[in-house]
Amino acid sequence: MVILDVKNVSKIYPKVAAVQDISFTVKEGEILGLLGPNGAGKTTTICMILGILEPSGGSIEIMNGMNADEVRRKIGFSAVYTHVPANLSVLQNLKIFGLLYDVPDLQGKIESLLEEFDLTKFGKTKTGLLSSGELARLNLAKALINEPKLLLLDEPTASLDPSVAKDVREKIRNYTKRTGAAVVWTSHNMNEIEKMCSRVLFLSRGRILLAGDPKTLPGQNGKNDLEELFIAVAREPLSINH
Amino acid sequence: MNLKRIYAVFVRQLYLLGNNPTRIAGNFVWLTIAIIQWGFISKYLGSLGKANFNFITVILGALILWEFLTRIQQGIMMAFLEDIWSNNLINFFASPLRISEYTIGMVSSSIVTGLLGFLIMSVIAGLGFGYDIFIIGLSMIPFVTILFLFGMALGIFICAMIFQLGPTAEWLGWPIPMILSLISGVYYPIDTLPDFLKLIAGLFPPAYVFESLRAQLELVATMQMVLDNLAVGLALALFYLFLSYRLFLMVYRHSLRSGKLARFNASI
Repeated sequence: MVILDVKNVSKIYPKVAAVQDISFTVKEGEILGLLGPNGAGKTTTICMILGILEPSGGSIEIMNGMNADEVRRKIGFSAVYTHVPANLSVLQNLKIFGLLYDVPDLQGKIESLLEEFDLTKFGKTKTGLLSSGELARLNLAKALINEPKLLLLDEPTASLDPSVAKDVREKIRNYTKRTGAAVVWTSHNMNEIEKMCSRVLFLSRGRILLAGDPKTLPGQNGKNDLEELFIAVAREPLSINH
Repeated sequence: MNLKRIYAVFVRQLYLLGNNPTRIAGNFVWLTIAIIQWGFISKYLGSLGKANFNFITVILGALILWEFLTRIQQGIMMAFLEDIWSNNLINFFASPLRISEYTIGMVSSSIVTGLLGFLIMSVIAGLGFGYDIFIIGLSMIPFVTILFLFGMALGIFICAMIFQLGPTAEWLGWPIPMILSLISGVYYPIDTLPDFLKLIAGLFPPAYVFESLRAQLELVATMQMVLDNLAVGLALALFYLFLSYRLFLMVYRHSLRSGKLARFNASI
């Protein structure tokens, strides 16, 4: 089942085309990697899917055209550029987001998330006092509080040490296996993308330059690995666009 | 409209107050100082000569009501700023929360701070200077309602300005009540103003509230005058509230198209 269907979507600003005519789908249980250099249009794409940025053209259909209210209830989101309020405690933050997403049995859900993400002892701790790893776990717990069918993760492991990043990846993988949720994942860590994603899209200057299996895509384009391919896309996109 | 989502926005502000008592103290220390200062000034003015009204009742009453309006306006503005400063706006607007629910949530939290301020000032004015908040009676309720509606309109208007111009536009929000108080007849009758300012004063609801209250305290008010002022004040307050909310909506929708919301950041 297709969870996310992006058709010919563009975002054109007066001086720049941030995203140009991109189309892709994400199926149930699939983890799709969005790759590309800074400014390629990854975050713009995620923001349009989230509904906080209006596309200039094209359409975004989530869960077969479910109405906007229902759709938002089914989306989870975590990004490096947003934070839960630092001056509220872990429990308070989870309660607020649980209320926003109208989570049934909120107290029980919060308790199970705290346990799953090893945050129980930090319940009353102000979020601003958490370490990067603890904060990443809280952001993920917040993103999963509504049991989303579509999870948008914009660099969820940025600035995390390898051990915490691995932990975060495992939790997301387990979640998708358990629920069949679709995931859109952006990252600059090619090793991570290779491990997590069954399919990747390379964006450059707002366009999809390449798409395919992260394990075979580099070879198909004469590169040794995903990182080499990424660098080529970032530095000489025209040489890839064939 | 979902009550849980409104409650989420409301309780987020309440948690902030509860988590940090200095926020409450900081808020109310200024109110206490203002009451004490104006209490003594009123007492002194009362001792100067004969007047057909009680200075304490007129000046402290006006101050308490004006601060109530100010707290409502600043409460809404601060609730919005808190979400900007904590980079939380995207989290909120990526959730099912609607802009109308967000606005009602912010207004609800400002009611708490507004009423707390009102209560504290009334108690201090009562204990320290013998001020009686109930001296005007039940007619106080519609006047407070008009000030509340206008405070809401001002708060939402400032949020729209901040949304449009960026967080640095916060400075606009602080002096607005002070500026309006100059032409709203809070501390002196509108008649004191030059003619062109009298015309401007007539455009804002507080002028009708304070003129009526003063007339009632000076025992020169007629029922017709009070009712007329109430009607005009209420109509103006509702008009400004409608206008400011439309503006906030317009700015929000524009921010969805322009990408401002997606890129909104406390440091811009």
